[in-house]
Amino acid sequence: MSEAPARTPLHPLHVELGARLVPFAGWEMPVQYTGIIEEHHAVRRAAGLFDVSHMGEARVRGDGALTLVERVMTNEMTSLRVGHARYSIMCQPDGGCVDDVIVYRLDDAEFLVCLNAANAAKDIAWLRTHAEGLDVEVVDECARWAQLALQGPCAEQILAKVADASLTPPRRFAFTTGKVAGESGCIVSRTGYTGAPGFEIYLPASSAMRAARALLEAGRPLGLLPAGLGARDSLRLEAGYPLYGHEISERISPIQAGLGWAVKFSKPDFVGREALRRQAEGGPPSSVIMFSLDDRRIARQGAAVYSGDLQVGEVLSGTQSPTVGKPIGTALVAAGHVADAALAVDIRGHRIPLSVAATPFVK
Amino acid sequence: MSQVPADLRYTKDHEWVRLGPDGTAEIGITDHAQSALGDVTFVDLPKPGSKFSVGDTFGAVESVKAASDLYAPVTCEVIESNPELDGAPDLVNREPYAGAWMIRVRITDPATVAALLNAADYSATL
Repeated sequence: MSEAPARTPLHPLHVELGARLVPFAGWEMPVQYTGIIEEHHAVRRAAGLFDVSHMGEARVRGDGALTLVERVMTNEMTSLRVGHARYSIMCQPDGGCVDDVIVYRLDDAEFLVCLNAANAAKDIAWLRTHAEGLDVEVVDECARWAQLALQGPCAEQILAKVADASLTPPRRFAFTTGKVAGESGCIVSRTGYTGAPGFEIYLPASSAMRAARALLEAGRPLGLLPAGLGARDSLRLEAGYPLYGHEISERISPIQAGLGWAVKFSKPDFVGREALRRQAEGGPPSSVIMFSLDDRRIARQGAAVYSGDLQVGEVLSGTQSPTVGKPIGTALVAAGHVADAALAVDIRGHRIPLSVAATPFVK
Repeated sequence: MSQVPADLRYTKDHEWVRLGPDGTAEIGITDHAQSALGDVTFVDLPKPGSKFSVGDTFGAVESVKAASDLYAPVTCEVIESNPELDGAPDLVNREPYAGAWMIRVRITDPATVAALLNAADYSATL
């Protein structure tokens, strides 16, 4: 990929704020502004504002829209009410993941699907392939939307300073539409990828700079910091959220990743259903575990996991958790070894015992 | 712009070497390197007596973002590792050239010193 990375509508703001910009999934994105640990703590204690405009969006509309989303999503969508969103996975017929997404029900026959940046083009093609024979339109809206994530215990207070009270979604996974900081046509969703309370705000691309400035100004006195992808990764890992290409991928199914709650076998059919059902009933060949280390070294993606002298898995994600003050991570471990008492990870020739965590490190 | 003190020698892998008058040297990583790594959480350093040839991995720096290997800039034997870094790895970010020296070594092949860069040549690589 020699093409120059794309820039989000907030690029001038990142430069102004002194962000360190790195290539990520075809985009030039801020990995940090002042420091990953400081930004991480700001989100846990006050608030952080993330530019997540690299995320993709597809609008699915028409009489066949519900049929299409039910066909490609592992989660159930018929009961999703207008004004609410639901997490789902799109699977291949073999159960591997095409992507994990959030589906917003805009109207009875209209959905907005939020896609991972790296998968957006693939996902839109996937949706269109499965739309054949249906009265449905799949519109690529990736360029239309900017996205901000306002996350942290002060997020609601900050949002209330720049938007009418009626715009605050009443509960988690609810959304509203209206004006943020005077900019119309926004979607405010009570969702996030940090384990902190907060919102994801979809804005017309041309409104993003003004809205971001207004949110920063409203939030600074409360401790809001602009936050980058570095903190986003350590926050999501503490909260136990999967990242495509790590905990889920074309080779790691939602059943293996512990996302069975988002796979609804009560639906008569969806892509991947049979393969996933076999895994759910017979047990998958390997499963994703969360762990911490009582050590200073961090187990990174690809590090080998051992039970005694036998390699039984590999690390999928790893970082230093600012909240628990230890290295944490996830690993894919072969069936039959997930409950082994003596799992260890190899880091530069050191065997470090893994402490398996039954629940995420925050909440 | 990152700092490049004139009195040190460097490698293109962003390590610095402070040559002593007695055939010893202190080794650390440059301001540019610490800035690129971000928040340093741990420095994995060798025991006294460990011997390295130029280019060998002698340790690693863990930051929130990544682990980065440390390469011996000269052929040497370790006299001591900086004990301060265990409790305060963020010294690497705050004082890359002062408090955050990583190892003090005896240079066992003086010829390997000749290949080190001076400050101007190192600056030109940044």
